[in-house]
Amino acid sequence: MNVVLAKTDTGRAVSTSFALARERLPGSGKVAEQRRQAFEAFEGAGLPHRRIEDWKYTDLRALMREVLPLAAAPDAAALSRAEAALKLHTIEGTRRPVLVDGVFAPKLSDLGKGEKGLSVRTLREVLEAGDGPLQGELLASDNSNPMIALNTAMATDGVVIEIANGTVLEQPLHVVHVASVGAPAAMFTRSLLRLGRDVSATLVESFVATEGAKAYQTYDSLIVSLGDNARLDHLRLIEDGLEAFNIASAAVTLGAHAQLNTFGMVSGAGVSRYQPTIVFAGEGARVDTNGVNLIKGRQHADTTMFMDHAVPHCASREVFRAVIDDRAHSVFQGRIVVRPDAQKTDAKMMTRALLLSDEAEADNKPELEIFADDVTCGHGATTGALDESLLFYLRARGLPEKEAQALLIQAFVGEAIESIANDSLREHVIAAAQRWLEARG
Amino acid sequence: MALLEVKDLQVRVEDREILHGLSLTVNPGEVHAIMGPNGSGKSTLSHVIAGKPGYEVTGGQILFRGEDLLEMAPDERAAKGVFLAFQYPVEIPGVATMNFLRTALNAQRKARGESEYSTPDFLKKVREVSKSLSIPQDMLKRGVNVGFSGGEKKRNEILQMALFEPSLCILDEMDSGLDIDALRIAADGVNALRSSERAMVVITHYQRLLNYIVPDYVHVMAKGSVVKTGGKELALQLEESGYAQFEDA
Ligand SMILES: Nc1ncnc2c1ncn2[C@@H]1O[C@H](COP(=O)(O)OP(=O)(O)OP(=O)(O)O)[C@@H](O)[C@H]1O
Ligand SMILES: [Mg+2]
Repeated sequence: MNVVLAKTDTGRAVSTSFALARERLPGSGKVAEQRRQAFEAFEGAGLPHRRIEDWKYTDLRALMREVLPLAAAPDAAALSRAEAALKLHTIEGTRRPVLVDGVFAPKLSDLGKGEKGLSVRTLREVLEAGDGPLQGELLASDNSNPMIALNTAMATDGVVIEIANGTVLEQPLHVVHVASVGAPAAMFTRSLLRLGRDVSATLVESFVATEGAKAYQTYDSLIVSLGDNARLDHLRLIEDGLEAFNIASAAVTLGAHAQLNTFGMVSGAGVSRYQPTIVFAGEGARVDTNGVNLIKGRQHADTTMFMDHAVPHCASREVFRAVIDDRAHSVFQGRIVVRPDAQKTDAKMMTRALLLSDEAEADNKPELEIFADDVTCGHGATTGALDESLLFYLRARGLPEKEAQALLIQAFVGEAIESIANDSLREHVIAAAQRWLEARG
Repeated sequence: MALLEVKDLQVRVEDREILHGLSLTVNPGEVHAIMGPNGSGKSTLSHVIAGKPGYEVTGGQILFRGEDLLEMAPDERAAKGVFLAFQYPVEIPGVATMNFLRTALNAQRKARGESEYSTPDFLKKVREVSKSLSIPQDMLKRGVNVGFSGGEKKRNEILQMALFEPSLCILDEMDSGLDIDALRIAADGVNALRSSERAMVVITHYQRLLNYIVPDYVHVMAKGSVVKTGGKELALQLEESGYAQFEDA
């Protein structure tokens, strides 16, 4: 990387912001050192731009220009705005840690009664208290990715969830990130979810905004580990404001025979990028991932997923659907690596884009790097408009144009939504998709 | 007033004229049969009446109860009472038949300023109609026409017709793909809908259907226009003589 290029105004501005924020960042000693290193890595690289292959379609330097200063901790007014916004996004029967402007909000959270085997703490607590190894894990950072490095440097709070071996959690955990800032600002969160052996759990993450929160930036990073034979259902719903940025990453490790089902839906945020890395560390594990983008206007939604088949006998399925209206832009970059030992890997990836306007854009970049010989791997992609003959059939039966389109869009994303096992979560997602369709008019 | 008046209709598809000045008047209570060789333009006529995009009307007009049908969107036509049972009904994966039927019925009712059906009333109605057409309930749980046999698709069209109670029913080869028993059941369904307010236009290649649904008029279409009109005996005559006499014209 060119040094002149790296020293952008952005770099300097955020440098000041890091210095100013320092006293609000939990952790000292080794934690502070990890943050400093991460920050240097970010500062050296600056915001990623299109000349970096991985960021070709999502040029943050052009889209975002600068990293905004750290949001102030929410005051009473911000919390009450957040409380109002939560109403629409609350799911019955879940435990709900709530973060407002990047800070854990105990009054708005509902952690329910204690359950054996479940521990929920805040990132701040963990970074300020002893537990060195856990702190190290929390701030372990792939500093080659500037946005992960930035998050490591700046993470103010988050949720640290540990579930002991053999625990079956009936109630889903619903982590809600509410942006409530009145003025443009950035919030940085980092969370961890550790599932022991034979654990079964459901994690839902929602990113939402209050009425007044407009041009904010939210940066999140999630660390997940599944012990042997554990099962996680993971839902991720991006319903940020349409002028907001949501830049997030996830690092997931699966033990032997672990099972991960993920469903992600992006209907909000002006610009979003989600970078999950999934590593198979034990044999016989399986990942099913379903992604849905419902975007319009000038929204830009990028999912860049890395599936790392490091061990034999694992399976992964990625199905990514995008519904793109107006001048919106959907990006899916799916990289699958099958390491030399990972025989009998079964990895498939599929992207399907539905373009609702002539100016809608879908970019799809599959990358398969296969170093083992006895594997089944494949990828496919389709892009197209709504089928005219189906539309006409529906209209001939009395459905006005938008309603006919809505029915076909629902059918298109419905298959992904059907993958959600829990009824009330599925209903919640259907309602979110419905809101998007209704907003189309 | 006539229910449907097609006057001197000229239609092009991709710069080729398919209908060359076709006229047809249908009054309430009447049953018209349209017969004619493959490619003579029968489905084209039905599509243009239903409002399918891709056809360019270069001349003539279509009036429905005196109103200009060509000015209306397909869904407006449906709400006004125009129904086309398609020759080739499409499959719509992911849209459950029940959900589709209810959405469509309520959209039509809403457009007419009528109240929407409640769920129990709707279910009762669907159950009645599907029973009379020997359509099993589990078929309605599947995606619209998905995995339906040819005959089942046709029955699903008749089911919709019975449910929506349109005033103009255009049946484009409803008999193709139906076995003898299914044909009788479907024809009974159609006959049950005959009334003094409602008219039917039955497009078919076979006189056999007309034994079940007895028409008041039979029109012969060839090369994009109606070349002969007669009573039900014309169908029998055609069965004997074929279309050669009209095609040479
Ligand atoms: N979309 C189209 N593009 C080009 N030609 C078309 C199109 N639709 C119809 N045609 C042509 O118009 C003519 C009339 O077709 P149409 O389907 O109306 O005939 P039909 O009388 O219904 O025939 P059949 O008895 O076989 O159903 C045919 O020559 C057909 O090839
Ligand atoms: Mg035809």
